[in-house]
Amino acid sequence: MNYVLNFGAVLRGFDDLLSGLALGLAMGLAGLVVGSLIGIAAGYAAVFGGRPARAVVTLYVGFIRNVPILVLALFAFFALPQYGIRFSNTNTFAAVLAIYAGAYLTESFRAAMLIIPRGTIEAAQSIGLTGVGVALWVVLPIALRNALPSVGNNFISLFKDTSIAAVIAVPELTFQARKINNESFRVIEVWLVTSLIYVTACGLLALALRRIEKLFPRF
Amino acid sequence: MGKFLTVFDSASSALAAAFAMTVGISAAAVAGGILLGLVIGLALTYGGRVLALPFRAVVDIVRGTPVLVLILASYYMPAGLGVSPGPVTAGVAALTIFCAAHIAETLRGALLAIPAAQTDAARAIGLTFGKTLGYVLLPQALRQIAPNLVNTAVEIVKASSLLSAIGVGELLLTTQEIIGRSFLTMEFYALVGLLYLAVNLSISAGGWWLEHRFRLR
Repeated sequence: MNYVLNFGAVLRGFDDLLSGLALGLAMGLAGLVVGSLIGIAAGYAAVFGGRPARAVVTLYVGFIRNVPILVLALFAFFALPQYGIRFSNTNTFAAVLAIYAGAYLTESFRAAMLIIPRGTIEAAQSIGLTGVGVALWVVLPIALRNALPSVGNNFISLFKDTSIAAVIAVPELTFQARKINNESFRVIEVWLVTSLIYVTACGLLALALRRIEKLFPRF
Repeated sequence: MGKFLTVFDSASSALAAAFAMTVGISAAAVAGGILLGLVIGLALTYGGRVLALPFRAVVDIVRGTPVLVLILASYYMPAGLGVSPGPVTAGVAALTIFCAAHIAETLRGALLAIPAAQTDAARAIGLTFGKTLGYVLLPQALRQIAPNLVNTAVEIVKASSLLSAIGVGELLLTTQEIIGRSFLTMEFYALVGLLYLAVNLSISAGGWWLEHRFRLR
């Protein structure tokens, strides 16, 4: 019980922690952007598509949401290179994150498209918009606004999921924390500071997202 | 395929034990998390400022920290105090706290969504606070959060795979060991993915069955 707090080792490694945080945010953002594209396409297929398209989307969402992201990451990192599919570990994890996020964002965008009133779409058709026109100029903008809060929450949980990239040696925040932990054995300080960095980042993200939501009033 | 079957055959008992470990760890974390989550949720909602504040801080910190960091923290931090809980205890503790924080927050939301007039009415007919809670508020709130409990359980099963990072011999770590010996990377990662899928789909199906059995919605 004679543990004396000493933040020296953590402070010396603070730059590494911050660069790890930046990498995590970058991977989270990449996952969000690509995942949103997947989510918009799959969500559209789930709401307006035919039976085969809906079945494919259901399988994709059902599979990805029920398998741990660590298993997906290890699969992509260790199994796919055997078949000639090889990226850097950061890119591998970002790609896995995008596919993982896509499944959750599909649900967000599906819900956002389901609540668009039938009359809105009929009105768009009656002024002569074709299927693509309705999708692009009517469904997409309304769905983007409707999905905004849920997309924001997804971003925060994606950012937290980037910590799992530490397992495949991506030098993000958790990886850097573990390195300091193993080099200095300042076990309490390292995890206290790391946790606080994550909590602060998530808190600031939540605040920023609320601001962004206010910029775009509901329809 | 032949090699896979041979390896699978020799590793099947280790896999079965690891599968049981994953299910056991998850069940313990969900059960503990529900109990702890109920207590924390009530403290957050009715604790007043003094009691609610420390719980609020804990819940916010746990919810803002990635599960992997919670697991690593609960594995490494006690060593600083001269205690070594071992990976299984540390891992289950981390998952339990994670589960409890999420349940506490959903429970608080559900309790606050019940119209205040119901509490007034209960008090007017002479129910104590405990009875109001037990007969009026909790039955409604628990029904409300039932679908959330299913989701949380699925998240916990998925998060239990992260215990492989601190050396708990659960399903994923055991699979990695088998892959290390046999080099059947694709086959065994696919298998473990399907096993997690099976557990989680069973949880969802069980939740669906319970909801309909008890007409929760």
